[in-house]
Amino acid sequence: MKEDLNLLEQAAQNDYKYGFVTNIDTDTIPKGLSEAVIELISKKKNEPEWMLKWRLKAYAHWLKMEEPTWPNVKYPPINYQDIIYYAAPKKKEQLNSLDEVDPELLRTFEKLGISLDEQKRLSGVAVDVVMDSVSIATSFKEQLSEIGVIFCSISEAIQQHPDLVKKYLGSVVPMTDNYFSALNSAVFTDGSFCYIPKGVRCPMELSTYFRINAENSGQFERTLIIAEDESYVSYLEGCTAPMRDENQLHAAVVELVAMEKAEIKYSTVQNWYPGDKNGQGGIYNFVTKRGICAGNHSKISWTQVETGSAITWKYPSVILKGDYSIGEFYSVAFTNHHQQADTGTKMIHLGKNTRSRIVAKGISAGQSNNSYRGLVRASKQATNARNYSQCDSLLLGDQCGAHTFPYIEVKNKTAIVEHEATTSKIGEDQLFYCRQRGIDAEAAVALIVNGFAKEVMNQLPMEFAIEAQKLLAISMEGSVG
Amino acid sequence: MLSIKNIHANVEGKEILKGINLDIKPGEVHAIMGPNGSGKSTLASVLAGREEYEVTEGEVLFSGKDLLELSIEDRAREGLFLAFQYPVEIPGVSTTNFIKAAVNEKRKYQGLEPLDAVAFLKMMKEKMAMVEIGQSLLSRSINEGFSGGEKKRNEIFQMAMLEPKLAILDETDSGLDIDALRIVANGINKLRTPDRSILLITHYQRLLDYIQPDYVHVLYKGRIVKSGTKELALELEEKGYDFITESIDQSANV
Ligand SMILES: Nc1ncnc2c1ncn2[C@@H]1O[C@H](COP(=O)(O)OP(=O)(O)OP(=O)(O)O)[C@@H](O)[C@H]1O
Ligand SMILES: [Mg+2]
Repeated sequence: MKEDLNLLEQAAQNDYKYGFVTNIDTDTIPKGLSEAVIELISKKKNEPEWMLKWRLKAYAHWLKMEEPTWPNVKYPPINYQDIIYYAAPKKKEQLNSLDEVDPELLRTFEKLGISLDEQKRLSGVAVDVVMDSVSIATSFKEQLSEIGVIFCSISEAIQQHPDLVKKYLGSVVPMTDNYFSALNSAVFTDGSFCYIPKGVRCPMELSTYFRINAENSGQFERTLIIAEDESYVSYLEGCTAPMRDENQLHAAVVELVAMEKAEIKYSTVQNWYPGDKNGQGGIYNFVTKRGICAGNHSKISWTQVETGSAITWKYPSVILKGDYSIGEFYSVAFTNHHQQADTGTKMIHLGKNTRSRIVAKGISAGQSNNSYRGLVRASKQATNARNYSQCDSLLLGDQCGAHTFPYIEVKNKTAIVEHEATTSKIGEDQLFYCRQRGIDAEAAVALIVNGFAKEVMNQLPMEFAIEAQKLLAISMEGSVG
Repeated sequence: MLSIKNIHANVEGKEILKGINLDIKPGEVHAIMGPNGSGKSTLASVLAGREEYEVTEGEVLFSGKDLLELSIEDRAREGLFLAFQYPVEIPGVSTTNFIKAAVNEKRKYQGLEPLDAVAFLKMMKEKMAMVEIGQSLLSRSINEGFSGGEKKRNEIFQMAMLEPKLAILDETDSGLDIDALRIVANGINKLRTPDRSILLITHYQRLLDYIQPDYVHVLYKGRIVKSGTKELALELEEKGYDFITESIDQSANV
């Protein structure tokens, strides 16, 4: 893990050396959303005409749509005219030393085992440049391009690979899909683009850590991953370090396309600022993530560990179009204090002999609210479709809530859908047993929670899993009554 | 090692322990016997610090420290180990990881570095052989789906790993078949050292055939009503509790 962090640290220090960042001014456009603003965004990004048209079309749709109210979350109305939709990457306010950083943040860093230099970088303290850093990021890119893998920012892809972007952008999540996807389509600023050519097994985990511009693409992120026939890719999104962000509204769109016998594994660790203990501040995370198993025998697997954000609204889904295709969703959602999460998945079975598996683990503490919302649909043509869903909730304390909203629509008689749900509390007996062995209550709860979440954690790549475990433990601090 | 003086304890407002006195010296094995509901497990829980049990009177010294002042976890780290009558299941937490956490918490308390993977594994192997427990059990979630006997064996394995000063074994023999009883008893005997004390709670003389106690006490209605040597256990086996309890109940009625 240490090595990993070093790499991350080094790669991240290249912020200002690559990609579009150097080409644009460091200015900000005024608050508010209008056609003129979208034109300005597109122009600043030096986009081709088709891209601007696409954005404007999305905007026109968005104007006619209404913000969804069905999620089991509550928040004051968002004023969309009070948001800045384009801010060129600006350097963070530079602090002179770690002494100036919020001590609570430093404590978290320490627990995560983040190196001093990395702590400085994440909290905006000036760091000495590591000599090697350029070469590491470069060799990483070279290694990928040798086997034909394209991994770059979506802005770069629009410039360099317009045919691929034109073909696939919005093909899985249409701009009209929902309120936030329409908004994202109109104003997205950046994100990742991956293309894995036919027959290629991507030899390394692709991670936003290594995408140089990742840090600045937070608010309206747009990600597109295409895996051609018989290819494989594992993609990691997110960062286990606490990310404080000024932007309250995050509305990302992620689209995955898996062709015949291709496999995409997408792992997320989401740790945006959850707000303080009293529910002040925190990110609204309204994300649309969807993959299509377009080819026969293809597979898409979502794994998410959600511990951050004040409000999470997120349903990574799979459209199982190809025969024998497989969709998976593994999720751990942890909420504490006043956090609200409404998350789950949709498995849309269209092809024959398609299979899906859902394992959702919700952990609620404090006064938080944690909802699982999942749809399993087997269409008329989906002969022999199979789904297995398991939703487990763990409550820490008695002021929090756990809710399960399973929706099942089966139109084919041969389809079999199984759903199991459990709710449990950490027992006094379990705590006493741990404490009698010398494990204090806080560590015991972390142990029990990690045990509860294990099936999902096991799906994460090794290093990521270790960090995610620590992250869970940190998020739980103070939740033991 | 352990000195219990006039302990009274309540559960939900009801007095269960009504003045217990007991002294255990290093290296001694004491057996506590007594009918169901007499307060044996309650005594074990009070010593371990379980919060539902309210100590209303008395004091306990453990290695010179005021035991009742210590938190549950610090009692454990000071070397008090309780083998549970009903070991608790924790889904998803592997037995190995659980024990590793426990061992390292204790080391931290003692100001020692955590054991690295190699050293821990070495220790595991050693103790596994000592209490004859298999690898497959240890990779499973702790106590989840373990048979009664497996749970008890796992408790003794944890005792071996944690090397306590005082081990309280609450009916570790119940639910064991004849072979398992022999194995567990052998394990406990191997863990018997001149500086480790053991408090055995049991209903059966059988266990005491294997583990010869220095003293035997009879707990009845929250009091130790008779103490003796291992011969007392044989007498109990023969005559049942009545010969002791009857006279007590009679004098109580007078
Ligand atoms: N948590 C509790 N709540 C209410 N009553 C309790 C509780 N724990 C123990 N008791 C009561 O205290 C008394 C003593 O129980 P304890 O478990 O100590 O008996 P024991 O001697 O260990 O019995 P056994 O041989 O059956 O294990 C019993 O009457 C029991 O019902
Ligand atoms: Mg008992």
